[in-house]
Amino acid sequence: MSGDNEEAQTVEETSVEEKDVQDKVISPEKSEEAKLKSRYPNLGNKPGGSDLLRKRLQKGQKYFDSGDYNMAKAKIKNKQLPTAAPEKTEITGDHIPTPQDLPQRKPSLVASKLAG
Amino acid sequence: MAGAGGGNSDVQWCFSQVKGAIDDDVAEADIISTVEFNHSGELLATGDKGGRVVIFQQEPESKNQPQCRGEYNVYSTFQSHEPEFDYLKSLEIEEKINKIRWLPQKNAAQFLLSTNDKTIKLWKISERDKRPEGYNLKEEDGRYRDLNTVTTLRVPVFRPMDLMVEASPRRVFANAHTYHINSISVNSDCETYLSADDLRINLWNLEINDRSFNIVDIKPTNMEELTEVITAAEFHPNQCNTFVYSSSKGTIRLCDMRASALCDQHAKQFEEPEDPNNRSFFSEIISSISDVKFSHSGRYMMTRDYLSVKIWDLNMESRPVETYQVHEYLRSKLCSLYENDCIFDKFECCWNGNDSVVMTGSYNNFFRMFDRGYRQDVTLEASRENSKPRSVLKPRKVSTGGKRKKDEISVDSLDFNKKILHTAWHPLDNIIAVATTNNLYIFQEKLN
Repeated sequence: MSGDNEEAQTVEETSVEEKDVQDKVISPEKSEEAKLKSRYPNLGNKPGGSDLLRKRLQKGQKYFDSGDYNMAKAKIKNKQLPTAAPEKTEITGDHIPTPQDLPQRKPSLVASKLAG
Repeated sequence: MAGAGGGNSDVQWCFSQVKGAIDDDVAEADIISTVEFNHSGELLATGDKGGRVVIFQQEPESKNQPQCRGEYNVYSTFQSHEPEFDYLKSLEIEEKINKIRWLPQKNAAQFLLSTNDKTIKLWKISERDKRPEGYNLKEEDGRYRDLNTVTTLRVPVFRPMDLMVEASPRRVFANAHTYHINSISVNSDCETYLSADDLRINLWNLEINDRSFNIVDIKPTNMEELTEVITAAEFHPNQCNTFVYSSSKGTIRLCDMRASALCDQHAKQFEEPEDPNNRSFFSEIISSISDVKFSHSGRYMMTRDYLSVKIWDLNMESRPVETYQVHEYLRSKLCSLYENDCIFDKFECCWNGNDSVVMTGSYNNFFRMFDRGYRQDVTLEASRENSKPRSVLKPRKVSTGGKRKKDEISVDSLDFNKKILHTAWHPLDNIIAVATTNNLYIFQEKLN
């Protein structure tokens, strides 16, 4: 079983090299960053900041207002009810979720396959 | 590759067992979300996304097969948590078991804490192997007898019956967390435990479920100013006043409960200085600590961030004493890992019984072990292809350069859907439990 001491040393050497040749060589992380920014030019400069964390804190939020739903249903008598886009929006979007959109909550009555 | 012996570098790992369905079509409920050995190693618990707990028990070593330690077979299984909907907050509460922690055994029964995002439960697992027979007023099937037919008096006796293992919820600790619980940790005093969510940590008494004490609160008055969240927390293994919590910014804070009731002021803060020149969009995300574990000795702690495992000496806050690269080759793939959300995967890590080796998971169903003494590491794979009983696991290698050697796998061929997030090491022996998406693998040291 070979040890992988060389791997750790190579990383150190590489970063030292990079500092020396900063003009010519970009660190892999920074080149990945450039790639991301070219794909998403509107990406903010605060990646770990409020937006990302707030998204994390709001996991599980499903907005359903029965009042809005019934009013919408009453107004649109002949037309189809607005349905949600296939992708779930994490933060309140510009549509009203309908009961059809919320996934059915079924408790697991089936035993775990690990016990099978 | 060292083992529990601490000095032997010749440990080879063999496949022992695999639990779970073989088919590739994985139901979401079957995704394993936590794995934990109890304090003796005799019991192994798993939790899944469907809110179920399965406990395996090690069979006593058989004289016929001295070359392998006992197998783990199903001991008990129960539904721990159910899905809920909080109508007031319009919040869906998943039944997924985030963590299981065993209590040290005090009597014949076993106790464990299991938690989902919002509620912690104390479960008692007890054995019943006798039942009373010969009641005067009841028939054997439970129906009450007509009193007129009772003419004699007898003493009921206990007779043996087939072993029955029962799990019953003894306490439910609810309504104490606004945010999602990520950790629970039993204190060495065996009376209290902590539960941590994204912004707060609470202290509970195991006997009292209608109140808990808030001991850490990092919620800013203005949520716009939120910069970091709590990612994991753990009590010190033998100092009942000490606990640590890690953050999404890569820092670990150690708190002493003797100093004040609210431990917002840390006693120590562990943070590795970062070179500002190397800072990128991804720096903070990959520095987020996904797991923190004290060594059994209590002298060190280990943290896992996206690309590495770090060992910290509790006496030194300025930098870790050891750093191990788990999959450094992913640094040049961060863009796509951000796009497919893999960069947010939360890997756990664990120590072996004598703190000489640490283990953590990676992608492609690979997992890594780092021997601290011998400075060696190995990459192994959990797969059905290597599942012949007692077959020795062959080390795997990911090729990073241009030339790919035979048996190596290139970074672009790695399956990022096959992630090993949860692993556990038997507290005394060289037996490990490795969870792939929906299967549990048990590997043992090759014994001659």
